[in-house]
Amino acid sequence: MSPSSTDDVVDSNGLGAVLDGARLVLVCGSGGVGKTTASAALGMAAARQSPRRVLVITVDPARRLADALGIESASFAGAGAVRVEPPPGEQWAGSLAVAMLDTKAGWDELIRRHAPDTAMAERVLANPLYHNITSRFVNSHDYLAMEQLHYLDRSSEFDLVIVDTPPSRHALDLVDSPRRMREFFASSLLRWLTVPTRSRLLTAASRPFNAVAERVLGTGFLHDIIDFFSLLRAMEPGFVERAAAVEQLLAAERTAFVVVTTCEDSPIEEARYFVDELHRRSLPMRAIVLNRVLPDSFRSPTAAGAAATLAGVGDVTALADRLAEPIPQFDPASLRHVLVEVGRRFAEVRARADAEHGRRLSLVAHLAGVGLGSAVPVVVVPDLSADVHDLGGVAAMAAALAG
Amino acid sequence: MTPGLLDRQLLFVSGKGGVGKTMVAAAIATLAASSGRTTLACEMDAKGALAAALGSGEEATGFDAVPVQSGLWAMSMNTEDSLREYLRVVARVPLIGRIGPLARTFDFVADAAPGVKEILAIGKVCWEVRERHYDLVVVDAEASGHVVAQLSSPRVIRDLVRVGMVRDQVEWMLELLHDPQRTGLVVVTTPEEMPVSESLELLGRVRRETSVSPAAIVVNRMPSQWFQPSDAVLLDRLDTAACVPVVAESVGCAADDVGAVLDAAVATLRRRSAAVGHLDHLRAGLAAEGLDRRLPVLLVPEAVAAATSTSDGASSAAVCTAVAESLAMELS
Repeated sequence: MSPSSTDDVVDSNGLGAVLDGARLVLVCGSGGVGKTTASAALGMAAARQSPRRVLVITVDPARRLADALGIESASFAGAGAVRVEPPPGEQWAGSLAVAMLDTKAGWDELIRRHAPDTAMAERVLANPLYHNITSRFVNSHDYLAMEQLHYLDRSSEFDLVIVDTPPSRHALDLVDSPRRMREFFASSLLRWLTVPTRSRLLTAASRPFNAVAERVLGTGFLHDIIDFFSLLRAMEPGFVERAAAVEQLLAAERTAFVVVTTCEDSPIEEARYFVDELHRRSLPMRAIVLNRVLPDSFRSPTAAGAAATLAGVGDVTALADRLAEPIPQFDPASLRHVLVEVGRRFAEVRARADAEHGRRLSLVAHLAGVGLGSAVPVVVVPDLSADVHDLGGVAAMAAALAG
Repeated sequence: MTPGLLDRQLLFVSGKGGVGKTMVAAAIATLAASSGRTTLACEMDAKGALAAALGSGEEATGFDAVPVQSGLWAMSMNTEDSLREYLRVVARVPLIGRIGPLARTFDFVADAAPGVKEILAIGKVCWEVRERHYDLVVVDAEASGHVVAQLSSPRVIRDLVRVGMVRDQVEWMLELLHDPQRTGLVVVTTPEEMPVSESLELLGRVRRETSVSPAAIVVNRMPSQWFQPSDAVLLDRLDTAACVPVVAESVGCAADDVGAVLDAAVATLRRRSAAVGHLDHLRAGLAAEGLDRRLPVLLVPEAVAAATSTSDGASSAAVCTAVAESLAMELS
């Protein structure tokens, strides 16, 4: 019995059109909804349908993409892209590669690119704070990822880039990082912090700051910070120009934000929040993927009637005789137990399916409420299996997404 | 001697996003309070879900702790307020006058400099423990991708800041964080592939990059067991094109409807057996990580956690109570 998921709520022809029109797809959503698998599946769907070179890239520090695609993690070391071959018996019109960001190496490259000269670059790379800022603290991933996207967009290596972003609130940090970078360079505090040390010490306004800062943080640390940001300051033109270009890229017509969610309560809540935030930033929200949706047959009142009948089933001897051929060796008492139990427990599953459906409706209503109702397809991916974690599973999801 | 979960003074609750970390943190805090411990529940990301689960009603909690139940207090972390408090209480910088621009400057430095924001958050909870305002502080910490940066921040600061007041503060914080009798990390997961591998990865990073000891693993939303394995095999055979019409006819129902009921059972069973597989993987991973065999692995049944609701405060509080009860049973 294969689950079906057509019903009154939503229907769409899949994401084919969204993929066709895009050069950059950002896949967003709450943690645990299958975002990474969805990204891989979108990449596969795109490679199947058109002769394009597709890259799926993950910004998440965890190495999930490799797991989702059944690729050995070891082959992922370094920043190079790994080619994914079609499953046996399949032919793709295009090609698919996956990659993961090596953020430390990425930053080194970025500094070298934007530094006015080699000596300056080397001074930054040698600053004791540099290593910590770029590798240990998560927010620096964000801007770096965005820079990388800009680079990929400019290069002609790939025709379509699909990005598996970190869970939604952090995905917003990602989206906001170019603007933050611009604001960072424009801030008067940075200017003030990075004026030559002697004149800063003489400003009246700086005295209370220095006094407290040195007491609390120690002089050495403060000097390291100031030195680091003075160096960074020298790279301002490059960073600012690039950040503005990345902002434009995110808002471009050929960019598509796709929100993935399950129909559970808190992921749906996150999806709604994300829809609002994208809308507020005028970013191109193009589709919603509802993942692991239970089939509508689980909500059927007549199925519930059948469940009640099974729960009250009496003598099964005659039935057991008739089933003896298709099912060899079973005990009629077990048969009765299974039918009764299955009937009794159906209500649990039905309640889950009903709750999911209600949340689905409210999300669709919410989309309509912000004026995105007809413009944004809502694609339903049925509950394929408990976990999708190999190439075959990704392929099944790709088929569901393509419609 | 390993102390009981609630006998510590500081518990960080973390896990992959979406596994129900906040609900588990709320349940642990509830459990501690109901056992007579004066407890503080601290939410790190200020979403308000922790307060809702604790039944604080409409009001969102702020930086100043407010009582939410008997013996139970709740607060939301705010690093700016933490800095203000720190400057006032520890550095004795008067609050009047120049604090505005000064705080902004610090905020800027805190944003840019490694570890400063993290230490302000960690410092506040450590401070509450040190001052013994509470028997237990339960922190609904950052998700697994970010919690290590937070837990390791005192060490980072110690390495980067060579002199000064902060450096001195860091020493006692490290002492508290590294004491397994007083501080522990609770890792929340669900019995699914990605959350389990992320939890194991988190435990590995915590061991290598911090000295905080794991105190418990909570496996949330464990699907219930409907059948013995032999009955499950029988169900699988029943849910086929050859058998469904026979069963339907014999009980007088439509084949589609009987099919849906059997499908629902098969789907549920498949989830259960996948969950058991992931639980086994988790246990094997814990052993490979060299973790103490006595590290409790606590299961919260799906039926208990299923109703998790962030939108409805009242039902969220009810789920919290139910989760607390099931944790209590697992701990006893």
